[in-house]
Amino acid sequence: MDRGLDIGSEHLLRDLAPQVLGAVIRRFRDFAAAEDAVQEALIAAAMQWPSEGVPDNPRAWLIQVAFRRMTDHVRSEVARRQRETAVAMEMDLLAPAVDAGSETEQDDTLILLFMCCHPALTSSSAIALTLRAVGGLTTAEIANAFLVPEATMAQRISRAKSSIKASGVPFRLPTSEQRAQRLRAVLHVLYLIFNEGYSSSVGPHLQRLELSREAIRLTRAVHTLLPDDAEVGGLLALMLLTDARSAARMGPDDETIPLPRQDRTLWDQSKISEGVTLLTAALAKGSIGAYQLQAAIAAVHDEATRADDTDWPQILALYELLQRMSDNPMVMLNRAIAAAMVHGPSKGLELLRVLDSDERLAGHHRLDAVRAHLLEMAGDAETAIKHYRIAAGRTTSIPERNYLLTQAARLSETGAKAP
Amino acid sequence: MKYILLMTGAKAGVDAYRAWSEKDIGAHFAHLKGLNKELSESGEFVANESLGPPEQAKAVRAAKDGTPITDGVFPEAKEFLLGYWMVDVDSPERAYEIASRLSAGPGPGGVPLSMPIEVRQIMSRRTEELS
Repeated sequence: MDRGLDIGSEHLLRDLAPQVLGAVIRRFRDFAAAEDAVQEALIAAAMQWPSEGVPDNPRAWLIQVAFRRMTDHVRSEVARRQRETAVAMEMDLLAPAVDAGSETEQDDTLILLFMCCHPALTSSSAIALTLRAVGGLTTAEIANAFLVPEATMAQRISRAKSSIKASGVPFRLPTSEQRAQRLRAVLHVLYLIFNEGYSSSVGPHLQRLELSREAIRLTRAVHTLLPDDAEVGGLLALMLLTDARSAARMGPDDETIPLPRQDRTLWDQSKISEGVTLLTAALAKGSIGAYQLQAAIAAVHDEATRADDTDWPQILALYELLQRMSDNPMVMLNRAIAAAMVHGPSKGLELLRVLDSDERLAGHHRLDAVRAHLLEMAGDAETAIKHYRIAAGRTTSIPERNYLLTQAARLSETGAKAP
Repeated sequence: MKYILLMTGAKAGVDAYRAWSEKDIGAHFAHLKGLNKELSESGEFVANESLGPPEQAKAVRAAKDGTPITDGVFPEAKEFLLGYWMVDVDSPERAYEIASRLSAGPGPGGVPLSMPIEVRQIMSRRTEELS
């Protein structure tokens, strides 16, 4: 991302982008056009600030430039429509925004997030729009991160904007009844952005690392705006506690390195301690949610200096809580691993048998991968090899496939257990 | 999730197609062009390429010293990859839907060709942690 700006100014721009966009939408009430105007203002800043210096009030500077662009846009729009229809349009478009309610400027970032993560959008559209409108990334950067042509990403963003316009969502915070549900949608989109970046951290896709960083930045912003929401804190903690391990999680041949075999000296201790602090504060608020529980599990792993020191009974208890909260077969899979670590592999295998009839997991490689792992723990190398290979044939992830095939090969060559 | 949609055909089919009327060829291309435009507008288009004529296909093997040994391919004997589309969609069902639109491209007299389209998911670099 070469904008000719120093890092500080770049962060400043990205932080200001949603606030400026909020101000423009308040004034002109046209999300799609406002978004284009703000993007132009950001580009103008990136071009002018390096030589002219950062203005005293950068926010006001950006708003002024974006307002000017919007006014130009409205004028040409009015001129166009005048030829076709009524003059009344101008009055309507240039009238002051009526819904400039009691919300503060800081709320604009939140309102934008609620808009971009609207349940009416598919998750791929919501992700793209959030990165563009709230994250201030350019269309080219987002296209690059998702490995699609820029024109395709531009269409995706433009369609998302049209859907929002068509849905008639007002530019204000959702009502208090809707708020919890809408916040869940926002957190889910942020979680997906994080995962998209985190799960692809090596290979020819280095730029994708930006996505997890971006997700952390946005979640941090939400946390600052809603410091009392325990799940926001939980999600931010989960991201940091997971991201802390990123340097250790992939091998030189693009294969997944599972937790027990990661070089823990590569883990980022400052992220771990920040994550733990956030989590402790979130848990103290007393409303436990799924993100906090997942963060707690990540924290237990992160706090073990050696894999053997892992507090598995604690992890098992957390997975049991999590399972009560969400009926997700993936949680059950992880619980089976934890149960095997606490009570022995036969207990874990017993839990897996319950999942055999779960249609949501039918043909899913993870069920075979976990079964292979537990069979290996139980000393049944032959059946373990079979399931590692079945899992390798089912996954559509290259690092997973490489890992699973390596496991099968190692077991069949030596019959030895993994170190 | 990304999918590649592979259009294949035998040499006989390619020969027959070369003898189509101007109108039929035009209708077929209009169909494909229209579909590409739709995919661009829906934000699902990733790539589309057509491959050169099967007669020019070569089979290449490395000799012991690593130099290439080039053979002709015997066109009558096999199915050829004619072209591919790459799409980024929200579900496998959507990939099948696009493939069926490709398959339904019009042939002589506007009758849908119902060509077989092989649909394959592109492997990702994503991974989950075994925790």
